[in-house]
Amino acid sequence: MTAMPIAVTGRLRQGEVGAWPVVGGLVAITIVFSTLNDRFLSPENLTNLVLQMAATGTIALGLIMVLLLGEIDLSAGSVSGLCATIMTIVHVKQGWNALLAILLALAAGAAIGLLHGLMLTKLRMPSFVVTLAGLMGWLGLLLYLLREGGTINLPFNGFVSGLSDTWLPGWLSWALVIGLAGGHAGIATLARRARLAAGLPVAPAWQVPVSSGGLAVVLGAAVAVMSADRGVPLLLVLFGALVVLLDLVLRHTAFGRHLYAVGGNAEAARRAGINVTSIRILAFVLASTLAAAGGVLAASRLSAVNQGSGGSDILLMAIATAVIGGTSLFGGRGRAYAALLGVLVIQSITNGMYLLSVDSSVRFMVTAGVLALAVAIDSLARRGAAR
Amino acid sequence: MIAATGISKRYGAVRALDGAGLDLRPGEVVALMGDNGAGKSTLVKTISGAVVPDEGQITVDGVPVRVATPHDAQALGISTVYQDLALCENLDVVANLFLGAERRRWSVLRHLSMERATRDLLAQLDVRIGDIRVPVSMLSGGQRQSVAIARALLGEPRLVILDEPTAALGVEQTAQVLALIRRLRERGLAVLVISHNLADVREVSDRVVVLRLGRNAGEFRTADASREEIVAAITGAGE
Repeated sequence: MTAMPIAVTGRLRQGEVGAWPVVGGLVAITIVFSTLNDRFLSPENLTNLVLQMAATGTIALGLIMVLLLGEIDLSAGSVSGLCATIMTIVHVKQGWNALLAILLALAAGAAIGLLHGLMLTKLRMPSFVVTLAGLMGWLGLLLYLLREGGTINLPFNGFVSGLSDTWLPGWLSWALVIGLAGGHAGIATLARRARLAAGLPVAPAWQVPVSSGGLAVVLGAAVAVMSADRGVPLLLVLFGALVVLLDLVLRHTAFGRHLYAVGGNAEAARRAGINVTSIRILAFVLASTLAAAGGVLAASRLSAVNQGSGGSDILLMAIATAVIGGTSLFGGRGRAYAALLGVLVIQSITNGMYLLSVDSSVRFMVTAGVLALAVAIDSLARRGAAR
Repeated sequence: MIAATGISKRYGAVRALDGAGLDLRPGEVVALMGDNGAGKSTLVKTISGAVVPDEGQITVDGVPVRVATPHDAQALGISTVYQDLALCENLDVVANLFLGAERRRWSVLRHLSMERATRDLLAQLDVRIGDIRVPVSMLSGGQRQSVAIARALLGEPRLVILDEPTAALGVEQTAQVLALIRRLRERGLAVLVISHNLADVREVSDRVVVLRLGRNAGEFRTADASREEIVAAITGAGE
């Protein structure tokens, strides 16, 4: 046990905090809230928590793309609300097919991201200012589009609302668990064999069954809990698939590698022949597109868009999610799984405080405190790495 | 053989280079010395394509070539390791070695192939790095310099230019980097080292070229030249 703190501080000094402090924080949060309120750990509440996670988590996933560059996107909240509004208007008022309407919302997000990226790279405006203008400007456009009434409802039984009210049948959930854990074990075994064949050092053989088994246990526990309520929500599967997809893109494609390189040392990346401008633009396009996707999920949950869509604390929650999950604000460090881990922490705190009927004033202060703590750890890790 | 002859370059009223020249042969380490402002950097930049000279010619095996961009230089087999190394500290050794030249298939990175090549290259150069999967920020200065030099070798160059490779290093790490420079010579590469440090230059180079006020101020075989002769050429004490 004594080796643990040394390992943790050592990694902290290396600038690699790892996921364990976050997992520890999550356990602490669970213990605190479940002792204060016995409904916190009920299947119903945990399923609600998962439903609440998807929108913020998706927006945070987009934020991670620009945070990896050492940039920031303050417009993500407004963009999510605006794109959800665009989708709702063409779907409900113009009678577009729901899927087409969603695609239009995503395209609008991509176009907004392209505009931000061009302002950043061609006009050399700081991303802070570009997206601060976006925060206000896109909110203004949202209010303009909603000017009559201020709220547009989505049909309760429609496709969009259905996204957040569809539940996987039990057999499919379990098949998914087996498929994911089995796939993980299979790929890990093949990767290990390929490394051995290439004469490269490998981790000990027992790590494969242990990590795949661990994955199976975690996923199985989650499915067991959610099956006691309504089942595994489709929303969670969508969010999870996005996280896994972006993790693969970040770790295994040239684009992902270049994203980290530009965030770590843009000048070195430029000299190595990487097209820094297009990487930056692409990151902002991804960020706004994912913000739009998050907005669609939020609208689906609410079955409506209104003047508050994408407003209030959504942006800060998403930034906190990314940073708490281990994404550095200084660029070049972080993973897609940060969105999943971070949103679990943030949403558990929010959900727990709602259960305890804590006033929103206190809620804001607690969330701000958690965000400040995460950034402080990030700053300390960076200072350690620079030494 | 790569040669630069009669290179001149003006920056406004300042004459940085005034007919300077240099020739570099395979399997030879040439040290370029001179006081601050003698024109070392400018001369090297004309060879590495970062600066286009006003006058003068660069030839490869006697054939005049155009080196207008760093890319031109690379195509001719000229690799430069700048003093700031240009490494991404958040990436590991493999990623830094292949930065901008990643091996990929359908845009998916070929991790194993790149790691294999990295290990082989580092072993050939006798560069010892405990774990090549850790971020470069965790390596020592000498190891980082070695990574930067190894990266310069990936494109199979014929000339490697090293800008102040030992400037920020301690005694032991300097020795490691000097040993690495000797191994570059053994591989049959032409090596050009810019340095201020006479001790390092005498230890590793075959030939010393001295610049002063933008002109060639002396050329010595390192084995034959005394410390005083070189210093006199650098400071212009003999004039």
